[in-house]
Amino acid sequence: MGASIIAVENLTKSYGTVQAVRGVSFDVQEGEVFGLLGPNGAGKTSTVEILEGLRTPDSGRVQVCGLDPQKSGDRYKQEIGAVLQSTALPEKLRVIEALNLFASFYTRRRDSADLLKRFGLEEKRATFYMHLSGGQKQRLALALALVNEPRVLFLDEPTAGLDPQVRREMYDIIEELKSEKKTILLTTHYIEEAEKLCDRVAIIDHGRVIAEGTPAELKKRSQGMTRIEVRLARPESDVALGGLEAVTECRSEDGGYLLHSKRATQTIVALVKFLEAQANELVSLEIRTPSLEDVFIELTGRRLRD
Amino acid sequence: MRTTWTLTKNRMLLAMRNRAFIFFSLVMPLAFLFLYASVFGKGDPRLVGYMMAAVLSLTVMGSFWGLSIQLVMFREQGILRRFRVAPVGPGAMLASSLLSNYFLTIPTVVLELALAKWIYHVPSFGNLWGVWLLVSLGTLAFAALGLIVASVTNTMQETQVINNAIWFVFLFLSGATIPLPILPKWVQGVAVFLPATYLVTGLQEVMLRAASLWEVGAEALALAGGTVFAFFISKNLFRWEPEEKVTRRAKAWAVATVIPFLLLGVWESANGKLRKDARFNLDSVQRSAQPPNPTR
Repeated sequence: MGASIIAVENLTKSYGTVQAVRGVSFDVQEGEVFGLLGPNGAGKTSTVEILEGLRTPDSGRVQVCGLDPQKSGDRYKQEIGAVLQSTALPEKLRVIEALNLFASFYTRRRDSADLLKRFGLEEKRATFYMHLSGGQKQRLALALALVNEPRVLFLDEPTAGLDPQVRREMYDIIEELKSEKKTILLTTHYIEEAEKLCDRVAIIDHGRVIAEGTPAELKKRSQGMTRIEVRLARPESDVALGGLEAVTECRSEDGGYLLHSKRATQTIVALVKFLEAQANELVSLEIRTPSLEDVFIELTGRRLRD
Repeated sequence: MRTTWTLTKNRMLLAMRNRAFIFFSLVMPLAFLFLYASVFGKGDPRLVGYMMAAVLSLTVMGSFWGLSIQLVMFREQGILRRFRVAPVGPGAMLASSLLSNYFLTIPTVVLELALAKWIYHVPSFGNLWGVWLLVSLGTLAFAALGLIVASVTNTMQETQVINNAIWFVFLFLSGATIPLPILPKWVQGVAVFLPATYLVTGLQEVMLRAASLWEVGAEALALAGGTVFAFFISKNLFRWEPEEKVTRRAKAWAVATVIPFLLLGVWESANGKLRKDARFNLDSVQRSAQPPNPTR
């Protein structure tokens, strides 16, 4: 493995008495899309903001592109691009003016016209920032983050607060960047985002990395369990269903049942026989392999929702 | 350096698109001009000439107002954060604030002088280099003060409150509304510590007596010192993020801005030159402005 382009070791950060980051470590290789997945308040943004040079860690070591984000100042900022959370541009700045302004800060620059075209902002080039839609603002933020051909791109919750259609639009853009082998560190609390976009994921909770690997590896850790979701005409007891062949766990959920099974086929046969004997009816049945969401629930006992 | 300059141009562009800015930097100063010239100056060219020092001072002093509000707003909206991840330092950010404000204030000052000449037939503005120097230093000094206000306040409301307090002190105690010599003795005693007083009196000196740059050296030095001091303090206090709160130490630092004016005030309290000049200028204009007075 080559030298990591991002190396984070034992990072900690507290705000007053709140420990936001408690010893986070991970490495990101060049050309990789790495995701920090976790609920709000898990410490993702604090971690990324330390990497962006916006915050100083209490302890731990950080190196990005061979530089120290806290100490290398403008030399470091030349190398990175970032889409931040809770940021804005002046209301009456036009799209093209924003691109030209930010381009002027860097030694390495991309042509503004190219960026406009790539992010579908050509028609909006002369529009004030205040008149852009949420999706357009986010596309502009991405365009601005790429204006210096950054070696590393930080995307902090790039799709939070966007409606589903716009979110998919952002996924397409990020996938395109991925295919160009851009190194991207992205934080998200959307499972599908991490699953779809990331080469590797670190699941982060209460300021700690609790699991790390490719989405496939993480799912494999879920002990190869298959999820069977069933809805029945009449309720049955969890205990009875949990006693069926190959079932390791059964929970009632949203008016149905969620069975974890080691061997799905056997379980389904047993289930059908059981229902027949009880003169009960099967309303619906769904089989799925474990998702990252399941992995998260297994690790933390909680759902990952905002 | 190039970053400062592109930011400056950009800030000017944004300012000119901002209605509030146009009001405070153009409409209000011109309103002051017409109020002072027509009402207080009764359209008399000599009296209007005397009033111009106050009018220009108010124009220049307005700098701190708009600038502090703008910077606090940029911080509250997260605009500064965006600049922070780019290679833009606090120095470039603050210097561009001062410069854009300067380049936008000068045209208003020129317009005011032109109107005073054309409409009110003010015969002379004295030493124009002196006017330019004091207006320039004043604009920078008061803008730098605005940067300090922006650094030590957390919210827009706080900024407004502090601005109002400073503005009223400057407005009424500096001689910009009521001539200094007419003010009660104790107010004069306070006024010698205010940067605004040096601006008003210095401008009177160069405009009415055509005083040389050397003669207004103390005023110029105080304003220049105040600018440099305020700039470096605001650079150290600069905050990009709304959640970074102002520390008590920072507030103590901000107070250090008054040092040049404190020193000058002490010197002036012992010496009395400023007050003498102000008295002389008021007397001379009162004598000359009485039309039937034959001694002129």
